[in-house]
Amino acid sequence: MFQFIFRRLSLVIPTFIGITLLTFTLIRLIPGDPIEVMAGERGVSAERHAELSAQLGFDQPLYVQYFNYVSGVLQGDLGNSLVTKEPVLSEFLTLFPATIELAFCAAMFAIFIGLPAGIIAAVKRGTLFDHSVMTFSLTGYSMPIFWWALLLMLIFSVNLGWTPVSGRIDVVYWIDDVTGFMLIDSILSGEEGALSSAISHLILPSIVLGTIPMAVIARMTRSSMLEVLSEDYIRTARAKGIAPWRVIIIHALRNALIPVITVIGLQVGILLSGAILTETVFAWPGIGKWLIESIGRRDYPVVQGGILIVASIIIVVNLLVDVAYGIVNPRIRHSR
Amino acid sequence: MTTETLQAPAPRTPLQEFWHYFKGNKGAVTGLVFILIVCFMALFADIVAPHSPSDQARDALLLPPAWMDGGNWAYFLGTDDVGRDILSRIIHGARLSLSVGLVAVTASLMMGILMGLVAGYCKGVVDTIIMRIVDIMLAMPSLLLAIAIVAILGPSIVNAALAISIVSLPHYVRLTRAATMAEMSRDYVTSSRVIGASPLRLMFVCILPNCVAPLIVQATLGFSTAILDMAALGFLGLGAQPPTPEWGSMLADALQFVQRAWWVVTFPGLMILLTVLAFNLMGDGLRDALDPKLKQ
Repeated sequence: MFQFIFRRLSLVIPTFIGITLLTFTLIRLIPGDPIEVMAGERGVSAERHAELSAQLGFDQPLYVQYFNYVSGVLQGDLGNSLVTKEPVLSEFLTLFPATIELAFCAAMFAIFIGLPAGIIAAVKRGTLFDHSVMTFSLTGYSMPIFWWALLLMLIFSVNLGWTPVSGRIDVVYWIDDVTGFMLIDSILSGEEGALSSAISHLILPSIVLGTIPMAVIARMTRSSMLEVLSEDYIRTARAKGIAPWRVIIIHALRNALIPVITVIGLQVGILLSGAILTETVFAWPGIGKWLIESIGRRDYPVVQGGILIVASIIIVVNLLVDVAYGIVNPRIRHSR
Repeated sequence: MTTETLQAPAPRTPLQEFWHYFKGNKGAVTGLVFILIVCFMALFADIVAPHSPSDQARDALLLPPAWMDGGNWAYFLGTDDVGRDILSRIIHGARLSLSVGLVAVTASLMMGILMGLVAGYCKGVVDTIIMRIVDIMLAMPSLLLAIAIVAILGPSIVNAALAISIVSLPHYVRLTRAATMAEMSRDYVTSSRVIGASPLRLMFVCILPNCVAPLIVQATLGFSTAILDMAALGFLGLGAQPPTPEWGSMLADALQFVQRAWWVVTFPGLMILLTVLAFNLMGDGLRDALDPKLKQ
C-alpha cells in the first residue's frame, strides 16, 4: 500500500515542476510590459522604468527569475501583486473561501440531484423517467454555463424577483469577515435576515456551477448501476428474496459507487474552471474573477501564483482520488 | 425440374454496417440532421440570412421578436441595441463557430495522433516525457489554460482556435497512445515488423487505421467542446472581437440588456446549446455504432 502511494507521489513532483515552469513562461511571454501597464496612459520615464524594473526583479536573467520564483514558492512566498502590493498568497486566501463556498454548494447540488436521478434511471431502465434523466443530463452537459447563468438570472431575478442578481449578500448587511464563509459569518453576526440573504445569493450561482457536474454524475451513476445490476450476485440476492430496495441500496449501490466517487473527485477541476465564468456573471468575489481581472491587468505574480495554486489543488485532489480508489479497489493497487 | 438457388445476402460493407447501427439511434440522427442544417446555414449564410450581420437599422433598436407586440417580421428574432438583426448574426455566427471547431479539432487531432503514436510506439523515455506533458496540461483547468494562452497571443479568433486546439490535445494523445499500445501486441504488427516494415510505415500504415474508431468519436465530441470554449472565450472578451458576429461575444454584448430585452440574451445562447447538444448526441451515436462490444 505504501509502495502504491509512494509511486503515485513520485509522479506528482515532475508534474508540479512542469506547472511552475509553465506558469512562469506563459506569463513572461505575454506582450506588454507590466510597468507600463501599471503606469497607465501617462507612461513612465526611462529612469523610473529601469528603477522599477530593478525593484521588481525584471532586469535579472530569466533563469534567475525562475529560480527565485520556485525557491519563493517552496517557502510559501508567491510574490506580491503588482497592483495592490499585497502578497499573492494572502490575497488568494481572502478570496478562496468565497469560491470554496460556491463550489461546495454546487457540488452538493450536483450530488444530491445527480446521484438519486442516476440510480432511479438505472432501476427503471427504459421508462419515461429514464429517458427524461438521460435527456436532461445530456442537455446539462452541453450547457454553455455563462448563458445558463444569464437565463436563470433573467427568469428568477429579473422576471420573478425571487433571487438577487449578484454579489454574496445584500449591501444593507455589514458582515465581519471571521471565517470568510458567508453562510457561517452571517450566522455569527447575529443580524436578522443576514443568513437568508446569503442563502438567496448562493442559490443561482450554485445551480449554474453544479449543472455540468450533476449531468456527469447522473450519467455515470446510471451506467455504473446498470452494469452492477446485471451481475450474478444481484440475481442471487433477488432470488434469496431480499427486498428490492435492499438489493438496490445495500448490494448494488455500494459497488456501483466506486467509479462514481472517482468521477466526483474529477469534478474539482470542472468546478474551479466553471467558477471563472460563474463568478464573472454573478460578480462573485472569488478566485475565478480575481484571475480573469489579473490577466487583464498583466499582474504577473497574481496570475502565476493563482494558476499554480489552482493547478496544485487539482493535482492533490486527483492524487487523493487515485489513492482512495487504490484502497477501495485492490486490482488497481497491484497493477503495473 | 427447376433448382432454386438460394443466395446468401451480400455481406454489408463496414460503412453500411455502421449506418445500420447509427440510424437506429434516434438521438444521433436528430443530432446529425441539426448539424447538417447548421452547416448549410454556415455555407450559404450570405443567401440565407435576411440581413447583413453588420447592418444597423437605426429605426429598429432592440426590436422584440416578430411574434411579440411591436415585433417586425423583417426581423424575425428581433434586433440588438444598435439595430442589427439577431437572426442574421446567429446565421453568420454559425460559420465562425463551425470553422473554429473544424480548425481546432483538425489541429489537435493531427498533433495528438502524432504525439500519441510516437509515445505508444517508442515507449520508454519518449513516452514518459510526452505523458508527463499531457499530465501537466490535464492538471490545469482547460478554460484557464486557454485563457492564459489567449492572453499571451492576444485576443482574436485565430488565437482562440489555437488555444482550444492546444487545450484539447491531451485527450487525443491519451486515446491514440492507449490504442497504439493495444495494437502493438497484435500478431499483424509483429509480422509486418518481421517482414521489415519501417517504424513510420508500422505507425501510420499498420497501426493508425486500427485506432481510428475512438478518435472519430472523440473528434465529434471535441467539436462540442471547441464550440463551448470558443463561446466562453468570446463571452470573456478573449475570443472574437466586436463587431464580429460570434455567439459568445453576442452574449457578452447583451449582458447589460438582460433586464430590458430577453431576446438579445436568449437566442445566441440557445443556438450554442443546441449545436453542442447535437454534436454530443451524434458523438454518443457514433460511439455505440463503432464500438464492437456494444453490437449485439
